[in-house]
Amino acid sequence: MALTREQMAQRVAQELQDGFYVNLGIGIPTLVANYIPDGIDVMLQSENGLLGMGRYPTEDELDADMINAGKETVTVRPGAAIFSSAESFAMIRGGHVDLTVLGAFEVDQQGNIASWMIPGKLIKGMGGAMDLVAGAENIICTMTHASKHGESKLLEKCELPLTGAGCINRVLTDLAYLEIKDGAFILKERAPGVSVEEIVEKTAGKLIVPDHVPEMTFDA
Amino acid sequence: MAGFDKRVASYEEAMEGIESGMTVIAGGFGLCGIPENLIAEIKRRGVNDLTVVSNNCGVDGFGLGILLEDRQISTILASYVGENALFEKQMLNDEIEVVLTPQGTLAEKMRAGGAGIPAFYTATGYGTPIGEGKEVREFNGRHCILEEAIVGDFAIVKGWKADRYGNVMYRHTAQNFNPMAATAGKITVVEVEEIVEPGELEPSQIHTPGIYVDRIIQGTFEKRIEKRTVRS
Repeated sequence: MALTREQMAQRVAQELQDGFYVNLGIGIPTLVANYIPDGIDVMLQSENGLLGMGRYPTEDELDADMINAGKETVTVRPGAAIFSSAESFAMIRGGHVDLTVLGAFEVDQQGNIASWMIPGKLIKGMGGAMDLVAGAENIICTMTHASKHGESKLLEKCELPLTGAGCINRVLTDLAYLEIKDGAFILKERAPGVSVEEIVEKTAGKLIVPDHVPEMTFDA
Repeated sequence: MAGFDKRVASYEEAMEGIESGMTVIAGGFGLCGIPENLIAEIKRRGVNDLTVVSNNCGVDGFGLGILLEDRQISTILASYVGENALFEKQMLNDEIEVVLTPQGTLAEKMRAGGAGIPAFYTATGYGTPIGEGKEVREFNGRHCILEEAIVGDFAIVKGWKADRYGNVMYRHTAQNFNPMAATAGKITVVEVEEIVEPGELEPSQIHTPGIYVDRIIQGTFEKRIEKRTVRS
C-alpha cells in the first residue's frame, strides 16, 4: 500500500536527530512537526524570521504579529529567537540549518529539483524555495512517486523549470525512500506491501536496486 | 531646531515628494508588518507607474493590493504573488510586470542596497530560470550568479516603537523585511504604533538605528490576519 500523507510525514520524522534545526516546507513537510520522536528536541525554523516555532495559538494567544512562513498564526516555544528576513536567509544560505524538508513536482537522478513553476499555469513565485535548496546540505524531498496518470516524477532529467541544480540527495515518496548519488536513484526502503517491481516500473530515472530492500517500519 | 527629531505631523507629510515612476521598497511578509497607512496614503495621492519591491503584494482590498485598484503599480519585484484576484487578472493581461525574485535574494538585494554593496554572488537561482542571462562565477566549486542591489526612491516601513530620533524596534515576526527596507530608501518613512522620548528605548535593543530613518509617524493599525489558525 502506498503511504498516506501522515505516514510520509512519520517516515521523514525518523530522520530527525536531537539538536537539529529544521526547516519544513508547506504541505506534507509541515505534518512532520506532528511526529517528532519522543526524547528528541528539534527547533523549527520558519524563513520569515523565526527559529523555535511553537504550536498554533489558542484564541487568547492569537497575535497578528506572530506568523510562520505559510502566513499562519503561530506561537513560539521557550528558547525561540525572532529576526529579520536577511538574518533568516543568512542561516539558510550559510548552511546552518541541519535539515530542510520540502515538496516537489519532479526530481531527477542528478539531484535537480523542480517545484515552483508549471509553464502555462499561473505562476505565483518561488518564495524561499530556491534559497533553501541552494543553501542546505541536507534536504529531503517529499512527493508522490508518480502522477495521477501514472507518470513518474523521478526522472532522468527534470522537464519543468528548476528550483535548484544538483542539490537533492534524498527523496521520500508514497512508495519508497531513495537516495540520489552519482547520477542515480538508490532504492533504500519500500512502503509496506509495495513491491520492488512497482517501484522500478514507476521510476523513469536510473534506479539502483540493492539485493535487499527492507520495508519501512512505523511505531504503533 | 528640529535636530534629530524625525516626526512628521500627518501621513500627507510622511509621503511628501513621492512621484509617479518612482521605486518604492516596502517592508512586510504577507499582511504581517506592512506599512498599511503609508500604502493607503500612496493610493490617496494617485501616483502611478510605480516599481514596488516587496515580498508579496497584499490581498484584494488590503495592503499593497489596494494600489492595484487604480493600476498604480507597473512593476513588482516579489517572491510570491497572486493571493489576490485583481493581481492575477493584471498579470494575465500583462498590465503589471512581475519580476519574481527568490525570497533570500530579495532580502539581500535590499540589505546590499542599504549597505552600499552594488551586487553580490549567490548560489540561489543558479541553473534555474532566475539565473538566465546573469553572470556566473564559481567559488569553492559552487556555481553562483551575480545579483544586483536595490535602492528605492522611498522605503516604507512598519515598526512597533520608535523614539523621536527614528530609532525603531519591531514586534515579533512583524520584523521580517522591514529592517532591510529601512536601510534601502533614499527617503525612508517609518510608521509605528508608539513614539517615545529618546532614552526610553534600550540602545542595544534597537533594530533600526535612526540614521537610516528620515520620517516617523505614529498611526493606528488594523493588522489584518491572512491565515487565522488556532488550536482548541
